[in-house]
Amino acid sequence: MKSVITCEINGEPRDALADGRDTLLELLRDRLGLTGTKEGCGNGNCGACTVLMNGEPVCACLVLAGEAHGAKITTIEGIARGNTLHPVQSALIAHGGTQCGFCTPGIVLSAVALLDRNPHPSPHEIRHAIAGNLCRCTGYDKIVEAIAAVAHGTNIDVKPAP
Amino acid sequence: MQELAYERPTTIAKAVALMARDGARALAGGSDLIPQLREGRRSASVIVDLKHIPALNDFRREPDGTWRIGAALSVAKLGAHAEFAREHAALLASARMIGSLQIQARATLAGNLCNAAPSADAVPLLIALEAIVEIISADGVLSRAGVESIATGPGQTSLVPGDLVTTVLLPPPEPRSAACYLRFTPRREMDIAIAGSGVVLRLDDKGVIANAKIFLASVAPKPMRASTAQSLLIGQKPSAALFTAAGAAAAAECRPISDTRGSADYRRELVAVLTRRALADCARQLGVMLP
Ligand SMILES: Cc1cc2nc3c(=O)[nH]c(=O)nc-3n(C[C@H](O)[C@H](O)[C@H](O)COP(=O)(O)OP(=O)(O)OC[C@H]3O[C@@H](n4cnc5c(N)ncnc54)[C@H](O)[C@@H]3O)c2cc1C
Ligand code: FES
Ligand code: FES
Repeated sequence: MKSVITCEINGEPRDALADGRDTLLELLRDRLGLTGTKEGCGNGNCGACTVLMNGEPVCACLVLAGEAHGAKITTIEGIARGNTLHPVQSALIAHGGTQCGFCTPGIVLSAVALLDRNPHPSPHEIRHAIAGNLCRCTGYDKIVEAIAAVAHGTNIDVKPAP
Repeated sequence: MQELAYERPTTIAKAVALMARDGARALAGGSDLIPQLREGRRSASVIVDLKHIPALNDFRREPDGTWRIGAALSVAKLGAHAEFAREHAALLASARMIGSLQIQARATLAGNLCNAAPSADAVPLLIALEAIVEIISADGVLSRAGVESIATGPGQTSLVPGDLVTTVLLPPPEPRSAACYLRFTPRREMDIAIAGSGVVLRLDDKGVIANAKIFLASVAPKPMRASTAQSLLIGQKPSAALFTAAGAAAAAECRPISDTRGSADYRRELVAVLTRRALADCARQLGVMLP
């Protein structure tokens, strides 16, 4: 059964036809061509599909497309301002916090959501905020360093407690 | 996966009517249901999204101190209430073990309960704290049930098709009582409990244990009461030796299976340690120095 989903994506009203079984991830990638949001596991474990739904980070693979009707969605495509990267994006590049890049869109959205509600998180709070985002490449420290540098305006020691 | 109709009622009455349809299933946070549907582990043809019903987003205290927690309220919203967080810190901590922040933005207590996983982290303390759920049947009959009666086995509940849990009612903690839930997972976050132990301990004014409730996760087909351990504690003064004995009793009476996450023997060992530590944590909260 198909129906029209109307929602606001990255500040713009969008309409799309979706099947009742579609997830928000499929709506974004397959129906709207917004392929910046990645699919890793498809079951909530990897966080590659993280988007903001009404400001909260969610796994798009665990949201039905129908649930997005009337919602405000932010994807990685809505994070940079034109050609100007968001500070979190620039910091990830500067700190080597992105390698293959597959986890990066999800990490960026988790980090943006964290900094929106807590502008000066501790390294522990940063690790907790990205605990639902798996990264196979970086070993996390560089990601945590990058987010901490944005939050504190300077590089700080982010090593976890033993 | 079969065709799905997504429905978004805005009143309980409309939700009840939808739940009466063949193949209807309630959707709260969807963190269990959506992967189960997509992997073919559950089937449904009508999905009844509960999140747009104002009454199911209720979160307030009744005059007698009981918290009314709407079935659609996310764990994230539960944690945002400072007074609740103070009063039910242990239950909140157990709910915050559920997945990541992405999962907690959606997951609900009622969903954790109705999904009936033996590993459900919020359920042991919900039972031990004597939470009650309000249920509306497909023909509109309102009833109440203790949380302990909901799960009957892995993925199985005492709810009949069409039943809708509307509210979790959580009484205020009793004076001189404390709660603690501990679980063991190989990873620090984003993992399912190999075993868990939820404890509520109450002392009388002489410092004797007036009541003890212990519910175990992941070591039986459903959250399991450790009755022998409980009776061993009641009437005694807290001590390290007593808590060790209670942990050993809980380990002896639980009924774990061996699977890829852990052997039955290993789970028993975990139950002994987690129960002892949860009891000691309760004693610490109550200001008791353990002899
Ligand atoms: C990556 C990941 C990690 C997880 N980690 C944990 C963990 O560490 N610990 C843990 O305990 N769980 C974990 N879970 C499982 C899940 O998140 C929790 O069980 C959660 O509390 C389910 O709540 P929900 O609102 O999302 O339920 P849903 O998925 O919406 O519903 C679950 C089931 O209950 C039924 N249901 C829901 N609400 C009602 C109602 N009001 N009336 C009648 N039936 C209802 C649904 O029909 C469905 O069958 C994890 C899940 C994922 C995806
Ligand atoms: S693809 Fe959604 S969490 Fe992995
Ligand atoms: S950079 Fe490759 S998965 Fe994170």
